[in-house]
Amino acid sequence: MTDALHILSVGKGGWGGALLLAAGVTFALSVLGFLLGALFGAVAAGGRLSTRALPSWVAKGYGTVFRGVPDLLTIYLLYYGGSIALTEIGKFFGSAGFVGLPTFATGVLAIGIISGAYQAEVYRGAYLAVDLGQLEASKALGLSRFQSLRLVIVPQLMRHALPGLGNVWQLVLKDSALISVIGLVELMRQSQIGAGSMREPFVFYIAAATLYFLIATVTGSVFRYGEARAWRGTVHA
Amino acid sequence: MIDFAFFVEIIPTLLSGLPLTLQLAGLSIGIGFALALLLALAQQGNHRMLVWPIRSFVAVFRGTPLLVQIFLIYYGLGQFRPTLQAVGLWWLFREPYWCAIIALSLNTAAYGSEILRGAIQGVPRGLVEAASAFGMTRLQTLRLVVLPLALRQAIPSYGNEIILMVKGTSLASIVTLMEVTGIAQGLISQTYRAVEVFVAAGTIYLTINFTIISALNALETWLTPYRARA
Repeated sequence: MTDALHILSVGKGGWGGALLLAAGVTFALSVLGFLLGALFGAVAAGGRLSTRALPSWVAKGYGTVFRGVPDLLTIYLLYYGGSIALTEIGKFFGSAGFVGLPTFATGVLAIGIISGAYQAEVYRGAYLAVDLGQLEASKALGLSRFQSLRLVIVPQLMRHALPGLGNVWQLVLKDSALISVIGLVELMRQSQIGAGSMREPFVFYIAAATLYFLIATVTGSVFRYGEARAWRGTVHA
Repeated sequence: MIDFAFFVEIIPTLLSGLPLTLQLAGLSIGIGFALALLLALAQQGNHRMLVWPIRSFVAVFRGTPLLVQIFLIYYGLGQFRPTLQAVGLWWLFREPYWCAIIALSLNTAAYGSEILRGAIQGVPRGLVEAASAFGMTRLQTLRLVVLPLALRQAIPSYGNEIILMVKGTSLASIVTLMEVTGIAQGLISQTYRAVEVFVAAGTIYLTINFTIISALNALETWLTPYRARA
């Protein structure tokens, strides 16, 4: 027990500092990936809701593929696919070796693409939950399409979207551990490094699980607070 | 650009991992469902000594990544080899195959128990009262009234969980099991053709998931004939 405490201490010879720093990387990776996913998701939701065939078809395909294929496979596609392309470009300029993609950026992109597919469904459902009369009323008020979207629809849509977004966020946080396979030193990878070098896998993976759990719990309550705030002043079941 | 001969070459290789993927998914979904049902039912009585540990188990397995769970069970418990050997469980925790199944089963049991708990609570109270007015015992009420309705209600959500599990089996490749994703990764690093391998392996997973979704939809329609035309 004292051994474990010593290994995980923040001071000299302890891994606590490295693990906390890696937890910070996990958090940053997840937040940026989630935000990128919000962008992809909003565009895809727009596509799904479009009455034209092509955008709706493309958005549906995007959702089906990235929600149906293992996330690990998507991560391999982006990392190896991107690196192979980069290596080819490198060869053209006379470089001989394998050029790896920057792992943090690849991780953000992977999480963005995967979570975007899930977020699209959340936004689409939330849009459909907003009363059609709101759109008609804003038109009657003389708002342009963009104005009514920004001032009337999106603020109301977010209320309905928050619970679903909270679920996607939890998914993203846990998915970020998979980015360890391409070598980014986030919480999972740092625990593997610690476990290997101290030969104490149990201590390190318990520590990692605890940190993931803490981030999930704290951020989960932020979402619940946001939800309560978004619905304040309304009466609902 | 896209080379069909290459697909013809890699698809049999990828398919050789399919039995393992299906085994991992099938066993862990089956074991996980049995556990989930047990955990959901155990919480119905509201005994604090029962509910509290189950809630904690569910919170921990839902709040941490599956990859951490697999590593904790495979590498973490490996550290306690003498103890595990003493209690005769070492054969189980020595094998990445069983470790992956244990981790996947516990993970899906945690998510599944919440789905089933919600579905059981969703059964109208009046039906349970009617059943007891009918003279049914608690077990009869559960078997003949509550569970059939709750399980049918749970099909769509449980379907999502099953899809997540099929995708989750890909993590077994990180603990050396060569299922479809593991083989795909090997092929990518040998051939440097990430897109083609992704398309081929992705198609295999989409086919599995599509089959499961269609089967569950058919099951739901069959169980709710009066809603079939809605």
